[in-house]
Amino acid sequence: MIGVLIELVEATGILLGVTLLAAGLTFAERRLLGFWQDRLGPNRVGWQGTLQIVADMIKIFFKQDWTPPFADPVIFVAAPIIVLTTVVLGFAVVPITPLVGIIPDMNIGLLFFLGMTSLSVYGVILAGWSSNSKFALLGGMRAAAQMVSYEVFMGLAVIGVVMLTGSFSLSKIVDAQTNMWFIVPQFFGFLPFLIAGIAEAHRLPFDLPEGENELGAGFHTEYSSMKFGMFFVGEYASIVLISSITVVLYFGGWHGPFLPPALWFALKIGFFIGFFILLRAALPRPRYDQLMSYGWKLMLPLSIANLAITGALMLSGIG
Amino acid sequence: MFITSAIRTLWLTFLHLFHKTETVQYPEQKPYLAPRYRGRIVLTRDPDGEERCVSCYLCAAVCPVDCISLQKTSEPDKWTPEHFRINFSRCIFCGFCEEACPTSAIQLIPDFEMSEFVRQNLVYEKENLLIAGTGKVPDYNFYRVAGVTAFDKEKGMALNEAAPVDPRGLMP
Ligand code: SF4
Ligand code: SF4
Repeated sequence: MIGVLIELVEATGILLGVTLLAAGLTFAERRLLGFWQDRLGPNRVGWQGTLQIVADMIKIFFKQDWTPPFADPVIFVAAPIIVLTTVVLGFAVVPITPLVGIIPDMNIGLLFFLGMTSLSVYGVILAGWSSNSKFALLGGMRAAAQMVSYEVFMGLAVIGVVMLTGSFSLSKIVDAQTNMWFIVPQFFGFLPFLIAGIAEAHRLPFDLPEGENELGAGFHTEYSSMKFGMFFVGEYASIVLISSITVVLYFGGWHGPFLPPALWFALKIGFFIGFFILLRAALPRPRYDQLMSYGWKLMLPLSIANLAITGALMLSGIG
Repeated sequence: MFITSAIRTLWLTFLHLFHKTETVQYPEQKPYLAPRYRGRIVLTRDPDGEERCVSCYLCAAVCPVDCISLQKTSEPDKWTPEHFRINFSRCIFCGFCEEACPTSAIQLIPDFEMSEFVRQNLVYEKENLLIAGTGKVPDYNFYRVAGVTAFDKEKGMALNEAAPVDPRGLMP
């Protein structure tokens, strides 16, 4: 009984922490983007603008929560819930430290993560579909094509790690990296995974489903108030999720000298979150056909080749 | 190659973290305004302290948005405007009025902080426009230069003006 209670508290703590972190990221991102564009970013509310998030939250809660009359009301409401829930559920399998984590040693951990990211695509597609407007539909369609094709090699890329570890459990994967991070043997699995991860979180430069300058706001054009806020928090939570999974799979999770495991983990995911934001500051959005050809003609062969070579090396007893 | 250029872009963008930001923290930190900045409009006085404006209507005529309204006084021998009104909610601060003015009366100054909550308050009357000094043109007095009779000055007594020629005196 006590054990269940502790688990519950831990789970609530982690999920709450993730949501808050995602909300905090909206501020961190604006600040960092500001610096990278030689601006200051929001720095008025509170010390150095830190209360900006609170101001934004108050604002977004008091906005009119509007469901357009032409939308399909049930799916329209369900879509942001699906996005946020699936992304947050993905954190269930992330081992944060040897002791902290909701179910880090779940034997299908990695599959669960892949499943959850695939499900969150439904949220985006349904949002585009149920909005019943052109821009939203176009955004949803792009999301469908982009995420499905990038998911293919995302799955293939992580198989290399699974082969080396012999397990889908994320805590086993972290344990297997005590001596060497998987970034070294699996560098060509890491690249497609990271790129697919960016596309999965539909972050710039792969934010074609949103495409502000051509689609208004893409799949969430018709959303307002907290429903929009859920998409937003979902997007930032998925940045955190992709960063955490990247760290767990390729950068040794909590492993690291001197500092405590939790700090190492935080530092590593912080690095990747920063990288995601830097990508947004630096790179332009590719054209739709370029996006597809990067995916199918470059990343898919690369991850298959990585898989084949890893397999060959393992069979020959070297890897 | 796309990859190398992308990495180069990422690196160069990252370096901007250490650049000086361009932002001016406006209300606390005032931006530098050049002396000839085109901001709020004033009506100036000549070095003798008299109003410069001679109600020639050139500024009102040249104004592209027709936001200047003035009326010459009906008092005899006086040319100052009875009312002079600028609607700053329409003014585009083009400075044409300043260029058109023959007496340097109307001048744009480096000040843009004139926000109001009520639009009507942006209509400035003569008492709001008229300042005590000479503005950007310290020692120009139209009457002392122009060849008109004014106060104690007769024709030909203006600065740089030759005495009037009596054409009949040239008779052989
Ligand atoms: S600055 Fe231009 S718009 Fe404004 S009053 Fe003068 S002429 Fe008119
Ligand atoms: S152009 Fe100058 S002198 Fe003429 S009416 Fe305007 S302000 Fe007065």
